[in-house]
Amino acid sequence: MEDQDKILSDVTQGEYKYGFVTDIETDIIEKGLNEDVIRLISAKKEEPEFMLNFRLEAYRRWLKMKMPNWAYLKVPAIDFQAISYYAAPKNKAKYDSLDEVDPELLETFNKLGIPLEEQKQLAGVAVDAVIDSVSVKTTFKETLAEKGIIFCSFSEAVKEHPELVQKYLGQAVPVADNYFAALNSAVFSDGSFCYIPKGVRCPMELSTYFRINAANTGQFERTLIVADDDSYVSYLEGCTAPMRDENQLHAAVVEIIALDRAEVKYSTVQNWYPGDKNGKGGIYNFVTKRGVCRGVSSKISWTQVETGSAITWKYPSCILMGDNSVGEFNSVAVTNNHQQADTGSKMIHIGKNTKSTIISKGISAGKSDNSYRGLVKILPGAKNSRNFSQCDSLLLNDTCGAHTFPYIEVGNKSSVVEHEATTSKIGEDQIFYCNQRGIDTEMAIGMIVNGYAKEVLNKLPMEFAVEAQKLLQISLEGSVG
Amino acid sequence: MLSIKDLYVSVEGMEILKGINLEVKPGEVHAIMGPNGSGKSTLANVLAGKEEYEVTSGSVLFDGEDLLEKAPEDRAKDGLFLSFQYPVEIPGVPMVNFLKSAVNEHRKHKGEKELTAGEFLKLMREKMDMVDMHPNLTNRSVNEGFSGGEKKKNEIFQMALLEPRLAILDETDSGLDIDALKTVANGVNALRSPERSAIVVTHYQRLLDYIVPDFVHILYKGKIVKTAGKELALELEEKGYDWIKTDN
Ligand SMILES: Nc1ncnc2c1ncn2[C@@H]1O[C@H](COP(=O)(O)OP(=O)(O)OP(=O)(O)O)[C@@H](O)[C@H]1O
Ligand SMILES: [Mg+2]
Repeated sequence: MEDQDKILSDVTQGEYKYGFVTDIETDIIEKGLNEDVIRLISAKKEEPEFMLNFRLEAYRRWLKMKMPNWAYLKVPAIDFQAISYYAAPKNKAKYDSLDEVDPELLETFNKLGIPLEEQKQLAGVAVDAVIDSVSVKTTFKETLAEKGIIFCSFSEAVKEHPELVQKYLGQAVPVADNYFAALNSAVFSDGSFCYIPKGVRCPMELSTYFRINAANTGQFERTLIVADDDSYVSYLEGCTAPMRDENQLHAAVVEIIALDRAEVKYSTVQNWYPGDKNGKGGIYNFVTKRGVCRGVSSKISWTQVETGSAITWKYPSCILMGDNSVGEFNSVAVTNNHQQADTGSKMIHIGKNTKSTIISKGISAGKSDNSYRGLVKILPGAKNSRNFSQCDSLLLNDTCGAHTFPYIEVGNKSSVVEHEATTSKIGEDQIFYCNQRGIDTEMAIGMIVNGYAKEVLNKLPMEFAVEAQKLLQISLEGSVG
Repeated sequence: MLSIKDLYVSVEGMEILKGINLEVKPGEVHAIMGPNGSGKSTLANVLAGKEEYEVTSGSVLFDGEDLLEKAPEDRAKDGLFLSFQYPVEIPGVPMVNFLKSAVNEHRKHKGEKELTAGEFLKLMREKMDMVDMHPNLTNRSVNEGFSGGEKKKNEIFQMALLEPRLAILDETDSGLDIDALKTVANGVNALRSPERSAIVVTHYQRLLDYIVPDFVHILYKGKIVKTAGKELALELEEKGYDWIKTDN
């Protein structure tokens, strides 16, 4: 038994595989946060008045707010004055071809195994690559433009489509929704914007790779996706960051608006630097993701595979306003070593006959803590609504923790909420069975964990699912891989 | 091939094997019989390298090398195969992936090229026919929801794929219908060769009609108390174990 635990702990003490820093010249502003800094960010980005006002309002509200402490997390004090709130690659011209792109940058993508060249060939994947907050390269734009689809960096959207941005920004996540969302609203540097016009099915998966790169630069991404009536889009977000010692704060906001009969699938593979084996370093990830099913029969689904970050605080949610609208949350969260994750979902049923599903698979190893926190709220007017939640936890040893915090409020009698939860330890008999067939323990754990998470992985788009499977294996492996 | 000397094994402080001696030469088939709880599965599991069994003394050589030193996966790749009495289910892990990994780990160990998905599927179909496995089963997760008999067949199917030099079958015949029993026996017999050996644990001499053993051993209270030719199985069938028990 002890030996088994030892193997498991050896295996699960994998070092972060994507630890490296690229050397691109960056334009960084002084550390610290005050109204002048916000005006400076807005000015550097040549933003219209409404954006500056949005930022200032958020900042003023943020000043009056307190860091949330209800999560099952130990968060070291964050000095918001020690962070630089803006960094942009100096050579920020838009390129027409890859030859013009900074070779260092291309190399970065190569190291990550996601070279743009290959990406371009990848069947129908348009890539809006974000390095240090400013979009560097957008591909497949013409194809999308033909259909009237707008897919560009947030800054570009502010310039080119201010009316759309103004109309929808803050609609899913109001400026002062929570501490980190308010901070993001005040200082966000860039991100992605996507608009699918009425009746259009986006012909390709849209994807954005986020990356944190400049030392000591907080990362504040903002994504806004609007799906107009009868439209469909599948959006992929994947990220990985370089290894470094100092903790890096990340507070992103993602907003999705689905109008009548629109469907948005949002998939994430999150693999940020989790800190070393002793819990030193790593990204603090405080994310607000929310979708509003505003139209009738609209649908928003969140699928996430979370393996990175030292601290994860994240609850992708759906507000089901339209009658017959549907919300889904599918999640695999892996924590290892000293990682802490408090993640889950909120499903707020407002419209009639609304339906939501929550599938959460938590996998804990090392000395990590992995919590599911979910709220299912059915308002009195949301007659005949339904929720099904399934929250499973898998423990790889005796030193890690799994916790479940479900909150359920049902405001009428015609609605039904079902919640199921299980906690289990990885089967030593299963590992031995694999061993007996010549499969070593590392590989066996990778297989078993992938099997455990299969229900969620199956919801990911094909090419993403393969990546995610590897990631699960890597994040639980030793330095092999 | 396999040489067990004076092997003592404990589980959770309880002594279960109390001085086992067994010599298996290349090409031989040994049957081990004995009442419930006498230590047959314990012996099988110890040979395969299961953690919780503690070897307190004695030695096991496999091809002249110390078997007990090695990790379970290395024993497997060296050619030792255990058909489990109770094969475990691994939800969500497709049979095909599992088997392909197993086969390729074996091939890597032997310095052979790994099989591509296509090559593997071809090999798999061949072996499936041989043991009469329903094609549906390989599309499912490892043993998940398999019937008792299907699980046993699956063990033999894996044996056919991995072509071990020493196969240990722990009650692979239990729970099989008569046709399946013959198929399993055929699977084992197909592997028989002057280089390969098998240890067959069973309660029923019927299996030994199909897989004819060179020796039959009776394991009782952690010791091999009697060894003879295949006629011993028939004698047991007739008389039960009482005469052994009173003698010991
Ligand atoms: N992991 C374990 N923990 C505690 N006791 C065990 C364990 N494994 C085996 N034993 C005990 O050791 C003894 C031998 O068990 P074993 O499974 O080897 O018997 P067997 O000869 O295979 O029996 P059967 O014919 O019923 O399969 C039994 O008394 C059993 O309860
Ligand atoms: Mg047994």
